[in-house]
Amino acid sequence: MEVWKCGSTPILPYPHTPLLKIMSHEPGAQKIKLPETEEGTVLFGVDPIIIKHHYEIDYIHSYAQDSPFFAGLTKKKLLGSRCTQCNYKFATPRSHCMECGAKTEWFELPLEGKIHTWTTCYFGSEEFLKETPFTLILVEFEGVNTLFLSRLVGVEPGKAEIGMRVKAQFLRNCKFKPTDVYFVPA
Amino acid sequence: MRPVYMVSGGITKFAKAHPDMDFRYMVKQAFDYAMNDVPNLTRDMIDGSVASYFSDHFTRQLKAASMVQDYLGLCPKPSKRIEGGGATGGLCFQAAWEAVASGRMNVCVAFGFETMSRVSTWKGNEFIAHASDTNFDYPVGGFYTGYYAMMVRRHMHEFGTTVEQMALVSIKNHGNALYNPYAQSPMKLTIEDVRNSPMVADPLTMLDICTMSDGAAVCILASEEMAARLTDKPVKIIGIGAGTDSMRMADRPHGKVILLPHESESDYKNLKYPGVHSFRGGRMAAKQAYEMAGITNPLEELDFVELHDAYTSSEIQTYEDLGLCKYGEGGPFIEAGHSTLTGKIPVNPSGGLLACGHPVGATGLMQAVFAFWQLQGTIQKHLGNDHLQIKNARRGLIHSHAGTGTYITVSILEAV
Repeated sequence: MEVWKCGSTPILPYPHTPLLKIMSHEPGAQKIKLPETEEGTVLFGVDPIIIKHHYEIDYIHSYAQDSPFFAGLTKKKLLGSRCTQCNYKFATPRSHCMECGAKTEWFELPLEGKIHTWTTCYFGSEEFLKETPFTLILVEFEGVNTLFLSRLVGVEPGKAEIGMRVKAQFLRNCKFKPTDVYFVPA
Repeated sequence: MRPVYMVSGGITKFAKAHPDMDFRYMVKQAFDYAMNDVPNLTRDMIDGSVASYFSDHFTRQLKAASMVQDYLGLCPKPSKRIEGGGATGGLCFQAAWEAVASGRMNVCVAFGFETMSRVSTWKGNEFIAHASDTNFDYPVGGFYTGYYAMMVRRHMHEFGTTVEQMALVSIKNHGNALYNPYAQSPMKLTIEDVRNSPMVADPLTMLDICTMSDGAAVCILASEEMAARLTDKPVKIIGIGAGTDSMRMADRPHGKVILLPHESESDYKNLKYPGVHSFRGGRMAAKQAYEMAGITNPLEELDFVELHDAYTSSEIQTYEDLGLCKYGEGGPFIEAGHSTLTGKIPVNPSGGLLACGHPVGATGLMQAVFAFWQLQGTIQKHLGNDHLQIKNARRGLIHSHAGTGTYITVSILEAV
């Protein structure tokens, strides 16, 4: 093992390594080196070099002021927001009014509505690819100013229709996600 | 506010993948091209820059724009990063405009890039889908093509727009790209080709949708004094506008149309607007830009438009938002050939996003570069042929659009 010098003082590469061990010439003295592993790297190409790089995240995610909506799904209730000042009714909850800025309060939405618009996805984001084809709908409710995004179940892909009456159904084993509710033809 | 001019621009060829260059080198290529076009401009004359890219996930690198600033040799000059979904490039262009208009900078570089090939297509779509409400929308089946498909379905219901009219947009834009060597998808198509390509999200097929890309673009903006020193063909930015809408489509109101000067309320007596059929952010952006530019009838007063056609349907919806025709008339507008190269107002002569590609952070700047070359009359020089050159073009509009219309910009450029 080499010893680097600065002036007359030896500079050791690893400060905590006993000097005697390095300086001695006893048989069996350990070479200092990093351990090798058999783990390689997935290589897709060499010119230029293209490797696989994995990255993932777990969030500790709060639903904050929207939490009552997700709790309501566990009781088979669909909750929207009603403005306490201008009476605007939101089918998708928001704690403050988009129109006038006032605080809203929770109210129970009807469980039946109509399809305002729809699509069937035959491809999707990676996370949802295995669920394709699936049908997305925006639901309108009588007397409510805005819409609600959900899945339509029980209708053949590509066969939904604007104006079709639909009703909400709920999962028994809740996931605390908006997919705890979904819609079927009424 | 001082007048602001565009004096130069550069772009890389947009491609499905550019593994031979990382984001820094890509921007450098576009930057060097732009600098070569204004030989009197030296690096020390540049006061600062603005950067745009959409997703840190695509670069696998936070604060990637700092690395570009360094790579271009612009440190320690001021810079900042702009992000705004699909409108990122348009917002960046306007931020550079602000830097010069305010007097803070005399010469400002706007650079943008995206490297979307670094993940698989469907993982890339997942990143993009995270630009929707991740509590209420994404978990239901987050997929931007699905969101736009719901909007077009409603547009079809309200106005009678047809999938064949949408296919005409694809035919036009892929056809224009045959003459644009920077474009990723030049194609000669028929309506049958478009309708028979794989259905992605009903009614949008693969050929109704732009492709993900790697690419970079650079614009150089300057004050009047600097513009006069740098080029004999500067292009003045005469109108700037921007608009927004709620992240969740479900939240959008069903009310009255924001009117342009050449419209009246009676034109839209029974229309509930914007709902989910139109982009009021686009209308707001156009209204502001037209007011600033003194435009009262865009179809008569503009010579071309480069707009955000991530989907064929978006182009039709945007004809209406920009007031090129009334709301509801976008389908007949394309059907009548009004937006072709030889029509009343060529829309997306470059090929648009459908055919050029959509490297998100570069796209809005790419539009500015093509508009600049059109107004300079230098399409022949930069594209190697003049097929796409619009003769005597004096005014062009560029339009940049994000996530179902949550951020939209409109900028109007004029030849001097």
